Order: sequence, then structure tokens, then C-alpha cells
Amino acid sequence: MATAVAARGRPVAAATDRARGRGWSALTFAGILLLLLAVWEGVKFLGGVPWRTPGAVPGDPVLWNPPFRWPFANDLNLPHVWNIVLAFTQPFQRGAEATLAEYLLGAALYTWREAAIGFMLGGFLGLALATVFVHSRLLERALVPYVIASQTVPIIALAPLIAFVMGQSVLTVVLIATYLTFFPVTIAMIRGLRSFDPRAMELMRSYAASRWQIYRKLRLPASLPYLFTALRISATASIVGAIIGEDAGGIQAGLGRVITTFNQYYITGPEKLWAAIIAAALLGIAFFLVIRAIEIAVLRGQPGAEGG
Amino acid sequence: MASQVEAPVVRLSDVEKVFTRGDEAATTALEAIDLDIRRGEFVSLIGPSGCGKSTLLRVIGDLIQPTRGEVVVNGKPASQARRERDYGMVFQAPVLMDWRTVQDNVRLPLEILGRPTAQRTARAREMLELVELGDFLEHYPYQLSGGMQQRVAIARALSFEPAILLMDEPFGALDEMTRERMNSEVLRIWERTGTTIVFVTHSIPEAVFLSSRVVVMSPRPGRITRVVEIDLPRPRNEDSRETPRYFQLVTEVREALRMRGDRPADDEAIGDVPSVDRTMAEGAVG
Ligand SMILES: Nc1ncnc2c1ncn2[C@@H]1O[C@H](COP(=O)(O)OP(=O)(O)O)[C@@H](O)[C@H]1O
Ligand SMILES: [Mg+2]
Repeated sequence: MATAVAARGRPVAAATDRARGRGWSALTFAGILLLLLAVWEGVKFLGGVPWRTPGAVPGDPVLWNPPFRWPFANDLNLPHVWNIVLAFTQPFQRGAEATLAEYLLGAALYTWREAAIGFMLGGFLGLALATVFVHSRLLERALVPYVIASQTVPIIALAPLIAFVMGQSVLTVVLIATYLTFFPVTIAMIRGLRSFDPRAMELMRSYAASRWQIYRKLRLPASLPYLFTALRISATASIVGAIIGEDAGGIQAGLGRVITTFNQYYITGPEKLWAAIIAAALLGIAFFLVIRAIEIAVLRGQPGAEGG
Repeated sequence: MASQVEAPVVRLSDVEKVFTRGDEAATTALEAIDLDIRRGEFVSLIGPSGCGKSTLLRVIGDLIQPTRGEVVVNGKPASQARRERDYGMVFQAPVLMDWRTVQDNVRLPLEILGRPTAQRTARAREMLELVELGDFLEHYPYQLSGGMQQRVAIARALSFEPAILLMDEPFGALDEMTRERMNSEVLRIWERTGTTIVFVTHSIPEAVFLSSRVVVMSPRPGRITRVVEIDLPRPRNEDSRETPRYFQLVTEVREALRMRGDRPADDEAIGDVPSVDRTMAEGAVG
């Protein structure tokens, strides 16, 4: 919003409302997580294999014998939550010194670096494209269909292609993350850079402001709520891109490779794959929250800046 | 107030504006507008909604181009006047930038004009003192009331000392009491700065209280039907609103507005009368 209208909530009241809102969403999140775990273990309670203590070996005493035997609920397909948690504290492979948690943290940080570079490149690319499009209807009409079409190409098909051109390197992974990042930013910023108050534009024209000045002092600041909404989506998308891209890019150190490996050796340790999936999810959430924190800091003091 | 020999600040000759939107029927928003505005004058445009007041203001400010006719401002075409930053604009809504403090909002035009930083700060302060908001420099717009926001908008418009202030129903959204206070404030500012003001309103008391001349317009097509010279003595204050002359003038403007509304069929006949009126009025005052 580019116009200050009267009758806005008092800033202090708005701030406490916001804090309360955040507290509620954290509670809701925890509630849903607990529900999910309850359903998970509930299914195993009804139709899993006999329950034993965490980390038990065959022959240990049975704690609970479920009335049914559903194949999908056995310990291979659906390991116990506590066994997954326990797996984090165990060596990530036989004889290894590092625990699975340490191993996954290292892999996640590696993947995050790839994703973050792709995210920044994609963010700038998206901003640049949107900037061109809002200044030229002709280019917008000519090129936006291609931007949209680009996203209909499945990443699974595109990844090997990029790897073929760029070679097996981190660059491939970064480009895939870029590819997934630039799209939401482009689309959101085409709207955002036009979201200024038209009367503010008249004002700028009455000052005989240059295009650059209008861009810097009106279009861009007015678009920031749109930009951050897109960046939050892009943050998680870039992580997904990096994880998928590591396979095609032949990267050994990241989460993508870890997931592939644990998938191959699933039978010997199903908890490890689940742990790796949880690590990937946490990485996405962490990146999302970092962007959200930056957004709150940047848009501080701006009413109506609370995006969804 | 203004000398007779001096060239007008704004000269509109035979201005016409026709809006055409796609293949819809065209709207003649302005027709045959002739008007001279002298330096330091306070001219109000009054008329019913849709009679082209805003359009006329935008034509003067070079925000839209007339279909026909000529707009000369300070002896040059309106487009050149705009490029030379002769205009300050104030709209009905304050149109402040949410992300800037009060002070930074007032600084905005000075940044665009490339004035030195020290001057920006000094000017912004000075202007905010003028509108009595000196204590709110670091506030954000949403922390201010509607009347205060509008005062920021006025300070912003005055900050770069434009030759002409164009105000489009600046107090239209305010309650009656705030509006009257703002009226006095604008008069005070006008007297202190000597800026030429073109002021759109649909409030008769406001127009009479503020103006040197009230330009009465009628709709479809937008024309000037009369120009009423407001000879209330200056400086004016709240007491001016209670003098017999004030009431006479309010009545005169009201009748000028009504004259048109009662006889919508007589377009041509009435269209001609006012231009005669205007000529006489201008001749009489000088
Ligand atoms: N941009 C525009 N496009 C088409 N028609 C317009 C436009 N602006 C104004 N008009 C028309 O011109 C007429 C005068 O409008 P306006 O100047 O806004 O009137 P006022 O300010 O006196 O209420 C109205 O009939 C309005 O619909
Ligand atoms: Mg209007």
C-alpha cells in the first residue's frame, strides 16, 4: 500500500496483536505435529508389528502386540518415532565417529549454501525480469508466456540437461535452485512493481521525476511486501531444487546425496531415511524463517505489511 | 492584490478535454475554458461532481493533455512548467508514503530535485513547523490523524517553493471542524508564502472564505459558468465567516451553481452568459 489512510490501529496494539498471532501459529504448528505423531503411532498401535523398547534387538521382550498386521505399518515402512529420534544420536554408518545428527547437519549446511546462492541469483533474475516487464508492455507480452512455460518443464527432465551443459558441478545445482527461485519472484514483482498508488505516481510526475527515481522511490518500496511473499516461497523452492539437483550435479556432500544413499540402503536402516527427510524439512523451514525475520525487520513500522 | 500589468501566472485559452475510452462514447470533460490566474491569487474551482474540476486542475498541472486549446504557465507551455517544477500538488487523500517518516515524506520532492542534503533537512523542518507538525518529524504517517496527514501533504507540496499550488479537494475527507481549522491554516500559509493557489472544492463556504475569485463550473460538458470576485477584506479570520458580505457572497455563489442546475436544457444559452460575466468581473476588479 502506498497511501497512508486515517483510522489505522495504534502501533503498540498492532504489535501485541502480531506477537499474539505469532504465538498462536506456533501453538497450532505444535498441535498439528503432535496430532501427526499420534496418528503415526496409532496406526502402528493397531496394525504394526509387536512393540519393543527403543533400539531393541530381536528376542527382547514384547511390550505390546497389535491386534492386526497391516503391511504398510510394519517397522520397515513406518519406523517408530522414537527409533527415528534415536537414530539421530547413533553413528550415521557402522563404525563412523559422527552421529547421524552431525552428519545431517553438515549435509544440510552444504545444501543450504547451494540453495542460497541459487536463491540470490534467482531473486535478482526475477527482479530484473519484472523490472523490464513493468516498463515494457511489449516485452511483457512477448516474454511472460515463456517464463510461465519454463515452469512446466519438470525439474527431473531439466536437471540432467543442465548437468549435460554445465558439467557435473555445484554450478548445476545452483542453476537448478535459481530456476525454481526466479519464477515466483518474477510473477509477484510484476504485480508488486505496479502496486503503487496511482496518485503517488501523479505526484512523482508533478515533480518531473525520472524513471529511475520513480523506480527507486515509489515502485520498489511499494513492492516490498510482494517481494518478501515471493521470497518466502522461493526460499523453500530453492532447497527443493538444490536437493534434487545434487543427484544430476554429482554432488557427494549434500542432503540430496544422503537421501539417495539412505534410500538405497533403506532395508538396513529405515529410520535414517526418515531422519534425512526430517532434516530436509527442517532446512526448508529454517530458510523460510530467516527470510521471514528479514522481512519483519525491513517492513517494520509499515502497517499492512503482514503478509500471509 | 495583483498588479494589472503583470502577465498571468496561468492562462487557459479555449481549452477542451474529451476523454475517449476504447469504443465507448466520448466524454467532453471540459469545453471552451478561458481563464487567467494572476500571481499570488487564490482561485477556487467549484461545481457539482463530474463537472471537470479535477480534469481542469490536471490539465493546468500537465498531468493530462488537453484535446484542444493552450495552457501557458509563467509564460511557457505547461509541460515545460512541470519539468521546471512549477507545480505543487495536494490531493483529497494525503498520498503519503507509508515507509517514510513524516520528515522523509516532506523531503521526497527535494530529493527528486537533487537539493543538497542539508537543505532538505532544513526545508523539511521549516515546512513542518509552518503546518505546526514540528513535533512529529520522526512519526510514520499511520501514527497521525487524517488532518495531520493532510498537513504533511501540504508541507511536502510547499517544500520546494513551487510557483503554483494545485489542490484537489484537499479537505474533502475531513470533518467540518477540522476543515475550518485547515482553511484558516491554508490562508495563513498563503499569506506568508505568496504562492498562487488553485483550489478545487465543492464546499461553498470554503470557497468563499478562502478565495480571491471563485470559478463556478457546470457539468456535461464541463464549462465555466461564472466567476465570482470575492472582495472580503483581508486578512480574513473566523470572524469573516459571520459578516453580511460573506453571506451575500455565499448566496451569490450558490445561485450561480443553481442557475445552471435548474435549467439543464438551456445548454447553449447559459454557456454564453458566463463568459460575458467573467469578462465584466475581471474588468471591474483589475
Ligand atoms: N481518465 C478519465 N477517463 C475517462 N473519463 C474521465 C477521466 N477522468 C475524468 N473523466 C470524466 O470526466 C468528467 C469530469 O471528471 P472530473 O474532472 O473528475 O470531475 P470533478 O473533479 O469535477 O468531479 C466526468 O464525467 C468523468 O467521468
Ligand atoms: Mg474531482
